[in-house]
Amino acid sequence: MTPDKVAIRVTSVSHQFGEEGEARHVRALRDTSLEVARGELLCLIGPSGCGKSTLLNVVGGLMRPTTGSVEVAGRPVRGPMPHDIAFVFQENALFPWNTVLENINLGMVFQGVPRAERETRARRALDAVGLKDFSQHYPGQLSGGMRQRAALARALSLETGILLMDEPFGALDEQTRMILGEDLSVLLARSGKTIVFVTHSLGEATFLADRVAVFSARPGTIKEIISVDEPHPRRPDFVTSEKFTTIRNELYRLLHDEIRKTMSAESAAPGPTP
Amino acid sequence: MTPAQRKQEKPLASRAVQAAFLIALVVLWYLATTRWRVSPLLLPNPLAVLRDFWDILTTGEFIGDLRVTLTELAAAFAISATSGVVVGYLISRTQYRIRVFEPLFAGIFSVPIILFLPLYVLFFGLGPASKIALGATISFFPIALNTIAGFGYVDKMLVTAARSMGASDYQLFRYVLLPAAWPVVLTGMRMGFTVALLSIIGSETIASLAGLGHRIVHLAEGMEMARMFAYIVFVVMIALILNTLVSVLEARGRRLQ
Repeated sequence: MTPDKVAIRVTSVSHQFGEEGEARHVRALRDTSLEVARGELLCLIGPSGCGKSTLLNVVGGLMRPTTGSVEVAGRPVRGPMPHDIAFVFQENALFPWNTVLENINLGMVFQGVPRAERETRARRALDAVGLKDFSQHYPGQLSGGMRQRAALARALSLETGILLMDEPFGALDEQTRMILGEDLSVLLARSGKTIVFVTHSLGEATFLADRVAVFSARPGTIKEIISVDEPHPRRPDFVTSEKFTTIRNELYRLLHDEIRKTMSAESAAPGPTP
Repeated sequence: MTPAQRKQEKPLASRAVQAAFLIALVVLWYLATTRWRVSPLLLPNPLAVLRDFWDILTTGEFIGDLRVTLTELAAAFAISATSGVVVGYLISRTQYRIRVFEPLFAGIFSVPIILFLPLYVLFFGLGPASKIALGATISFFPIALNTIAGFGYVDKMLVTAARSMGASDYQLFRYVLLPAAWPVVLTGMRMGFTVALLSIIGSETIASLAGLGHRIVHLAEGMEMARMFAYIVFVVMIALILNTLVSVLEARGRRLQ
């Protein structure tokens, strides 16, 4: 990859929680390197505790890695970069005391968007996720799927080049998840954003990603990267194609051994340290 | 569902039962003094109590004692609300301080602090100062504890989300911590107010020179039972009005944050 095409560069990042010898010491991520191209959607998939969310937080500047470095847009990441990176979290990251519209506005206040611009940006983001009739609702009044649409609208309104999504549909049921996935594919094909998307779902990864990075068991690192050569926006019938099935099965094969390893490590040692 | 809707859904029948219960109590009281001949020194006739109550209201005899009690209450609450919120907030800033002070305060709060009244009287005298100090001490704990709970247990996810969007320290406080903590702090203030009122009137009955509690004990010692009961009714009403007022203020305060 030529340097100007690289949106995110991760160089030999390792991360551990706690100090060695402590009871809570966990090696979450080991010597991971990765390049994400501009406009690419990269999925991170792996057994639980493999460090995929840790990697996402390190990329977004929410955690400092123990060793290694991350560059975004050619600059080293040392903390949150609200003008370059927006997050969508798993759930409950909307402020419950604010309406959907207030949530979106507040994000822009934090980011430093001038007042005059906020209104149009918020409208545009709400239109994009199909929530314009729900701008005055509180998160508690929305379904899980709608809450995640609202969280996505808040991230979109920040108009960053990079979107980091940490199992954004993880708490939703299968059908809602499918529809949101389709909508996301359409939305993102238009926006040209660079996206890193953490998921547990093989189908979701295959459907959304340009490339899927499969993690090994903890302490995780990237075991293999699979390309999904299919243009965005992806059509619903992509799911039933042979290509989809082949890639999904390949991911399953790669992941299966790692999940077994995680399970046996957990049953051998009840503590977090293997 | 908004609280207003919930209130509407509350069946009228339960209100009627509550009213009937209170009326039944008064009827029993009346029967006890007339039919069952309980001595008026133990239990005065409710009609006599009503007459005295009316007399107290119309002559304005209560004003002096009411002023003393309310002044003590206002001073005690001002001290405990300010210090409780400030101390609670400072403690809530680190997990270490929460681990140290929260169980400590909860433990002290469960001790009947009114037992220390004699000590307070020795330090601050028989006048209002000892009541203010005691009321402030007792009401400090629920306010501080709720402030710790409010600011100390804000959902980490919300803080992380705000930080990821570039929130400054001030913005984090104003738009995340404060709205998250505010309802809990308000509840603490309401609880603090209630225990301040209780302890101030209580300590007036034990050792004091003036105030509503003092008046009630003074009448009891003079065997003026009907008038004493009338003052008790008066204090109950004042407490009812104050607590309703504070609850309304709490509900209002929740909305503006």
